[in-house]
Amino acid sequence: MENNSSILTSLTINSKDYKLELLPWVSLLDTLRERLNLTGTKKGCDHGQCGACTVLCDGKRILSCLTLAVTKNGSDITTIEGVADGKELHPLQKAFIEHDAFQCGYCTPGQICSAIGMLREGKATTREDVKELMSGNLCRCGANSGIIDAIMQVKEGIDHE
Amino acid sequence: MNSFDYKKEITVDAAVKAAADNKAMFLAGGTNIIDLWKYNLTNPEKLIDINDVQEISTIQLLENNGVRLGALAKNAATAYDPLIEKKYPLLSKAILAGASPQIRNMATDGGNLLQRTRCYYFYDPDVPCNKREPGSGCPAIQGCNRIHAILGTSEHCIAVFPSDMCVALAALEAVVNVTGPNGDRKIPFADFHKLPEDTPHLDNNLEKGEMITSIDLPPNHFSKNYAYLKLRDRHSYAFALVSVAVAFEMDGKTISKARIALGGVAHKPWRVPKAEELLRGKKATMENFATAAECILAGAVGRGDNDFKIPLAKRSIIRACEMALYPESQIPGAGPSL
Repeated sequence: MENNSSILTSLTINSKDYKLELLPWVSLLDTLRERLNLTGTKKGCDHGQCGACTVLCDGKRILSCLTLAVTKNGSDITTIEGVADGKELHPLQKAFIEHDAFQCGYCTPGQICSAIGMLREGKATTREDVKELMSGNLCRCGANSGIIDAIMQVKEGIDHE
Repeated sequence: MNSFDYKKEITVDAAVKAAADNKAMFLAGGTNIIDLWKYNLTNPEKLIDINDVQEISTIQLLENNGVRLGALAKNAATAYDPLIEKKYPLLSKAILAGASPQIRNMATDGGNLLQRTRCYYFYDPDVPCNKREPGSGCPAIQGCNRIHAILGTSEHCIAVFPSDMCVALAALEAVVNVTGPNGDRKIPFADFHKLPEDTPHLDNNLEKGEMITSIDLPPNHFSKNYAYLKLRDRHSYAFALVSVAVAFEMDGKTISKARIALGGVAHKPWRVPKAEELLRGKKATMENFATAAECILAGAVGRGDNDFKIPLAKRSIIRACEMALYPESQIPGAGPSL
C-alpha cells in the first residue's frame, strides 16, 4: 500500500457506489471534478477560504479542497448534483431562483450544500445566526442578501412544519 | 506539489510506531496540513491518517468532574457538546469565533493546537522567514506587520499563533496529554506552545514523534462569568487582531478568581498570572480592569503597523471583563457589536 501506489477507495456519491484507485494526495474536490466529471462542485481558492467546494460528507458540510479523497473511504458524499429529488429541485434550489440569490453562480453549489448542512445542524435561530453560520461561503458578486433571504425562506418553512 | 506515502492506522500505538520514520506526519482534520502542503510549506514523506483512531475521538466526563477532549473530537462537536456548553461555555464561544462552520466540522481539537501562523511572509517562499527557513531573516519586523505580535517577540520572529480555541484553553488551564516513542506525558497548557526566541521554526514543545491524545479541562467555577471577545477586520471568518478570554469566579461584586488570556498578540496565548492576582479580592470595576490591562500589556512593543494593537488590547481586556459580568448578553460567534 505504500511507496506512492494507488489506494482502493470506496465512496458513495449522490447514492451511487464507486470503487476508485486513487493516489493519496488527490483531493476529494479533484476526484469529483476530474475523475468523475461531477463539475457542479467548484474550485475557488483551493485553500479552504472561499467555501465554493463545500459538499456534504455523511450529512456534514465540509471543504472538499482540503480533504484527501482516500481519507473518506466508506463515506457518503452529496454534491450539488445529488440534492434534487429526480426532476424536483431541492427547496433551497427553488428558493435561490426565486430570490435571485446569485449573479455569476460560481459560489452557488457551495452555498446550497452549506445551507443544507447548516439547516441540518439546527443551530441557527435568527437571520443574524444564519449570516454568521454561512460566513464560510463567500460571494464575490455580492448576492449575499438574496442568499440569506432564500435560506431564511426555507428555514422558516421547516420551522413551521 | 510533492507526493507522499499514506497509511491509515486505527490505534494510537500503531500510529506512533508508524510515525517513527523521518518526515512522517500525523493527518487528522487536514485543514491546516493539506493547505500548507499545497503551498509547499510542509513536505511530509509519509502521512499517517489517524482519523479512525476511535480511542481518542470522544468527549468524556472525568472522575474529578473535569472533561477530557479526545484529540480527534471535532471543533464543532466540541463547541456544541452539551457537557462543554454547560461546564465550559467560554470554550464553546472561543471555538465558534474561529474559522468557518465547514472548517470546524473537519478540524480536530488536537490539530487546533498545532496550526501554524498565518504570517504572510511565512506563506511567501520568495521572501526570507526564520520560521520557514531558520537563519534567513524576518522581513515582518521592518515590513508590513499590522497582524503581528506585540508581546514575547524576538529579533528573529514576530509571528502570532492564530487559534481562538487555544486562548480559552489557556484561560481554563487545560492539560495536554501526549504520547510518543518515550511514553506518555502531561503538558500544562502554558508550557505547550513556546515563544519564538532563537528557534522560531518550532511552535511548541512537542518532541519528535509525539502525538496529542487528549486535552483535559480541570473542574472550575467559571461557567457563570466568562467572555470571549474577538476583534478582527471582518465580522466573521477572519483571524483575530486581538482576542481576549476572560473567566471570573465572583463573590457578589467581588472577584474571587480571575483568568485572562489574549490571542492575536503573541507566538502563544498570552497570560500574565500577576495581573490575575491583582484582581483577586477586588471589586469588578473599570479601574481595576484597567489596572490588570496595564499589567498584561507591560513590555508590549509595536513595530509600526501593529502599534494600534497595544491600546486596542488594553481596551479589549477592559471590555471583555465587563462582558464577563453579563455573559447572557453575548451572542455566539459574534464580534464586538454587542
